[in-house]
Amino acid sequence: MATSVSKLLKSKKSEILQNWMTNQLKDASLREDLMSNDELREQSTELLDVLLNNINDTNLGEPESQDFEPVSEILAGISISRARQGFSPRETGIYIFSLKEALLIALKNELAKEPETLVNATFQVNKLMDSFGITTFETFIKGREEVILRQTDEIAEISTPVIRVWDGILALPIIGTLDSSRTQVVMENLLIQIVETGSSIAILDISGVPAVDSLVAQHLIKTVSATRLMGAECIISGIRPEIAQTVVHLGIDLSNIITKASLASALKTAFSMLKLEVKSSAQKPKTY
Amino acid sequence: MKIEREQDVVPFRNRVKEYATKINMGLLNQTKLITAASELVRNMLKYANGGIVHIEVISQGRENGIRLIFRDQGPGIKDIQLAMKDGYTTGKSLGLGLPGTKRLVNEFDIKSSAEEGTTVSIIKWKNG
Amino acid sequence: MDRIPILRMGDFLLVTIQIDLYDKLATNLESDLVQMVNKTGARGVLIDISGLSIVDSFMGRILGNIGSMSKIMDAETVVVGIQPAVAITLIELGLELKGVHTALNVEKGMELLKEKIGSPSDESPQDEDSSE
Repeated sequence: MATSVSKLLKSKKSEILQNWMTNQLKDASLREDLMSNDELREQSTELLDVLLNNINDTNLGEPESQDFEPVSEILAGISISRARQGFSPRETGIYIFSLKEALLIALKNELAKEPETLVNATFQVNKLMDSFGITTFETFIKGREEVILRQTDEIAEISTPVIRVWDGILALPIIGTLDSSRTQVVMENLLIQIVETGSSIAILDISGVPAVDSLVAQHLIKTVSATRLMGAECIISGIRPEIAQTVVHLGIDLSNIITKASLASALKTAFSMLKLEVKSSAQKPKTY
Repeated sequence: MKIEREQDVVPFRNRVKEYATKINMGLLNQTKLITAASELVRNMLKYANGGIVHIEVISQGRENGIRLIFRDQGPGIKDIQLAMKDGYTTGKSLGLGLPGTKRLVNEFDIKSSAEEGTTVSIIKWKNG
Repeated sequence: MDRIPILRMGDFLLVTIQIDLYDKLATNLESDLVQMVNKTGARGVLIDISGLSIVDSFMGRILGNIGSMSKIMDAETVVVGIQPAVAITLIELGLELKGVHTALNVEKGMELLKEKIGSPSDESPQDEDSSE
């Protein structure tokens, strides 16, 4: 009867760990700045413990086996935290593949006299560790995606400030391209602010919008209609000459919307709508 | 959930709201979803005297959403393309029901035949 | 069958909708309001829908109907307190509530009504800053 591979691996645990650590430490890309060697050793010990505890001769060649769930969980945890800490995929990959190397070396040393068992065991360990490698990458990417998603949210939030320029007048500078999801955020923010501040005029400044095509125009028209539905008026300002040209060429009808070239003239319009006047204090003596 | 009378509309909307709240859908998307559901239920009552609505939470990757399937045994819609046009109506409504509903949700699927009635399925993603 | 109460304030009728309406309730409101406009000779109707979390095309049509019917009877209609999410949904749906005026809240709605019908104001002339 051939030697039990799993038992053999278990008995060689400390040696494997030592090898693995050496492998990791000698790698040029070791990130001591992100994780101390002690931490790395702790993490590696934990993973190896769980792996060897759950391994047996039957499941060795079956990465899908339920027994490896705890291993996958730990791996997932490790790679997600690595993704967040800023490890590169290569560094994370080396972490798991250097374990494979350590395992294979242990097998090679111990099974030198049983070539057939060695080949079989090598195949199995290879398969198992490759599948763990895939798991690691999947979760690593997932971790990265979460980071991206969070940043997208943050950008969406900061890129749509609603400014209260005057009592009853809100201004909303839009910077960047207006797509439908962004329009929705802009609209919602604007309308909520209108209700909160009880403002009756909103100025939408689009100087920072690179291009206005028919879709963007449609979004703008929607925003204006929604504002009107709430009982407030909406002025669009910051229409650059190029934008005026494309709008007319595309045949977009903005005639129902109050449009102004600059924020200043929009503000002026808003003042006159609220029956406010701005006076220069230098001309104080002038009375009427 | 069975819809037979117009009194069922409000409880039905509350049910949809429950589901939407359960997956933490934002207020705006909730409102859109419930409005869309309300439109479809009204269509069902008006043209088919009611039907059955199936509500479920679905997920795709990390995104959660709600799927509603409206099934009725009514006369069916003869020309779906025409029905999906803004302003078209056979009843005396504004003709915004179907096309408007489509704009409110992320996915909209309609099948209809004179024999089997009409089935409309809509999906609204949590962040859609 | 219960009804939505209609309050009378001088020349105006005031309706506050606090709950999501059953269709029947909404159609009742439509006919009640028209009756009341006729009976009281009101010049303005103010409908507060801040309590409505959903306005679908049916409800939108009722509001539009009330607006048009009142208009024929020489009364202006102002709908106030539309929730932001509701407003956006209505626009997506393609409903613009033509025929009714809108205002942010009851106070502004009242101001708007007075302005519209140019009533012999029972108040002192308005402050210059009408947004207050």
